[in-house]
Amino acid sequence: MKINILSRDKKMPAFVGPLLAVFILSIILSLISDRFLSLDNWMNILRQTALNAIIAIGMLMVMLTGGIDLSVGSVAALAGCVMGVLLQSGVHNEFVLIAAGLATGAAAGLINGLLFTQLELPHPFVSTMGTRMIFRGLALLITGAAPISGFSAGILFLGYENVAKIFPVSFVLVIFIFLGINIFLNKTALGRKVYSVGGNKEAARLSGINVKRTLNFAYMMSGIMAAVAGIVLLGRISCAFPVAGETFDMDAIAAVVIGGASFLGGKGTVMGTLIGALLIAIIRNGLDLLGAMSDAQFVVIGAVIIVAVLVDVIRTKTEEKSRRLAQAKVME
Amino acid sequence: MSEIAVELRNITKIFSGVTALDGMSIALKKGEIHGLIGENGAGKSTLIKVLSGVHIPEKGEIIFDDQPAKYTSPLEAKRMGITCVYQELNIAKDLSITDNLFMGEYVKSKSGLLDYTYMNKRAREVMEEMGQDLEPTKQCGLLGMGQQQMVEIGKSILSNSKVIILDEPTSSLGEKESQLLFEIVKKLKAQGKAILFVSHKLEEIFEHCDVVTVMRDAKHIITTPTSAINKDQLISYMVGRTLSNLFPKIKTTPGDVAMEIKDFSSVGAYRNINFKARYGEILGFAGLVGAGRTELFRGIFAADKKDSGQIIIDGKVQNIKSPAKAIANIAFLTEDRKAQGLVLSETIARNISLVNLSTFTRGLFLDDKKIISQAEDCVKKLRIKTNSIYKLAGDLSGGNQQKVVIAKWINMKANIFIFDEPTRGIDVGAKIEVYNVMNDLIKAGKCVIMISSELPEILGMSDRVIVMRGGKIMAEIDCSSDQFNQEDIMKAAWGGVLKS
Repeated sequence: MKINILSRDKKMPAFVGPLLAVFILSIILSLISDRFLSLDNWMNILRQTALNAIIAIGMLMVMLTGGIDLSVGSVAALAGCVMGVLLQSGVHNEFVLIAAGLATGAAAGLINGLLFTQLELPHPFVSTMGTRMIFRGLALLITGAAPISGFSAGILFLGYENVAKIFPVSFVLVIFIFLGINIFLNKTALGRKVYSVGGNKEAARLSGINVKRTLNFAYMMSGIMAAVAGIVLLGRISCAFPVAGETFDMDAIAAVVIGGASFLGGKGTVMGTLIGALLIAIIRNGLDLLGAMSDAQFVVIGAVIIVAVLVDVIRTKTEEKSRRLAQAKVME
Repeated sequence: MSEIAVELRNITKIFSGVTALDGMSIALKKGEIHGLIGENGAGKSTLIKVLSGVHIPEKGEIIFDDQPAKYTSPLEAKRMGITCVYQELNIAKDLSITDNLFMGEYVKSKSGLLDYTYMNKRAREVMEEMGQDLEPTKQCGLLGMGQQQMVEIGKSILSNSKVIILDEPTSSLGEKESQLLFEIVKKLKAQGKAILFVSHKLEEIFEHCDVVTVMRDAKHIITTPTSAINKDQLISYMVGRTLSNLFPKIKTTPGDVAMEIKDFSSVGAYRNINFKARYGEILGFAGLVGAGRTELFRGIFAADKKDSGQIIIDGKVQNIKSPAKAIANIAFLTEDRKAQGLVLSETIARNISLVNLSTFTRGLFLDDKKIISQAEDCVKKLRIKTNSIYKLAGDLSGGNQQKVVIAKWINMKANIFIFDEPTRGIDVGAKIEVYNVMNDLIKAGKCVIMISSELPEILGMSDRVIVMRGGKIMAEIDCSSDQFNQEDIMKAAWGGVLKS
């Protein structure tokens, strides 16, 4: 992926650290388990990456503005359930169903945005924690807390089908989405506004940027991405499941943070987020192969998050120092 | 025991190359109210902070009770007997009066738990001493500004301070509350406490202070009994410097009215503001910090809401509801570069293109080539010291950051440029370059408004100056008028009435 020329001069991008971790981890795992390097296993990893990556790219946009979206898992479930209820009421057209799912996500995201920008609630942590429960509750309500199956292959293929019998369609989707969002964030005015609003809200506002609209847009994108993930999930488990995706929010935040984004906003890349999601999937996969229990997985992934952020902090500090020294030379 | 409570001798304090106090000396006597005045940036705040232990001076000594004193924190100063009531009150609004009074110095009973019975009793006594009959368990946020200040002063009484510093205590108080405050101050004086009273109000100094010290350019100028001096003399001591030729003023012929402001008001910030700014002139806005100048222009730029008022640009009434609307006509170079002007985590190039991002697009996408070439032009033209336009704005020095802010706005189609404190904190060379930018703008027939708290700059660059105080316009002086001098502008800024 081409790194945008305007972003920074020289220096290594933030995702080099996690990328290195991916390589080192892969080497270690391939030595321990002979199954790790097999094509099948790698396709499995990509399949596992896909869901988290799709949610994480939406989360990235929200976190670039300095916010957070805790409702993504609920939105993913709700989108699927809305489609399920429509299906039960006799709608079978795939396009209508998918459009309904995406519209659900967009609406949910817009609500999150408006709660923050219009009601001026203090931080989206609070408002999205609230909507997280509300959307989950709605999903349970409309389905009567029961899974809904019976979707046609035209919808389910996103979750289970493979290209050339091996490469998961869901990861093809990830590639398209990530390329699109990367171009959007770096090459369009609205994309740059997302970064500017996160970097300095007041400076952006006084520069004539419509901050509220930019924020609403970011949350809406997060909702839409969550809905896309919800649709992929339909294919994965072949039914709409109202309690699905309970841990989606934390996994997505972990991927974004491992990828070098800052909680304060203004910092983070599409590439980093993809590598973050990949790293988490590899760790899960490796520990599975080694027969580790899920409790061990939690411990390891938790530790990886902390180390990743620590590495980023150290990297930022050394970089800052070298930049200062360079600037001091210019001033002389 | 001498009558001097605390004395600062030859104190020097330097902040990253800027001398904030230069061999400053002052002695506060017991049972005396000592006024301290000076222009913005004269060094009053630094003096207060050295005295109250916030800053540690590079040179000089502090004599307390005839003994050389060494304290390195506000807490140590407080334990010794020096406390300061800052202009921005340090009150925890959600806590009770008692909690605020005893903050950090809680009294425990034998059981090891907090002794609220005792603390509440003391709190009531202290507040009563100041004529305030208040329930000590009352939440401080429910009190008026004046009462909150009493709580702050109560802290000083409670810790039995010998020296009390009051930093512009009446700036947010009404007439009645101010009177009450002075009654308390007089009581404290009668108890033998030494009081340092910093104020921007000359009447208060003359009415309540026994002696007054004037500071200018980080130095001590004079200390005199207030009975031996008058207002005009005090003002000339405050400004007393001559203009140097730092200002490359050019002569232009002002053109049509660019912007007219009618009846602008915002409760608590400014009232009934009316003025006209013309093309081809620099209109200076002078006044003390807090006179409402920045607030006024934030209101005009729609960065904050106003209560009423009309903006007429080029003869047409404009309905400006947001900065996004305002930028079509107005460029606003904000006072605080770091907080409001720049995205420090972004590159110079991106900051320069921030205002008019949409004009940098080609079709759906941003035109990187255009962004880069414009950024490179600006770096050259404004002589921004950097080796690359990809450098982060946060890594530049103050002067260069200011130039990036200027670059950001200069390529706009706007015809009205508002510079808010454009040279604050930047070195002399960069200042002259900023002035030259303003000159280029008026030569090109644009309208420039410059808010500045530095009088020499106002006099050196303005064609006309409007003086504000307490949210109102006090005077409008043309550069051809014989009132276009430091003394008269200062007089107006301090609330005096100029003869017309």
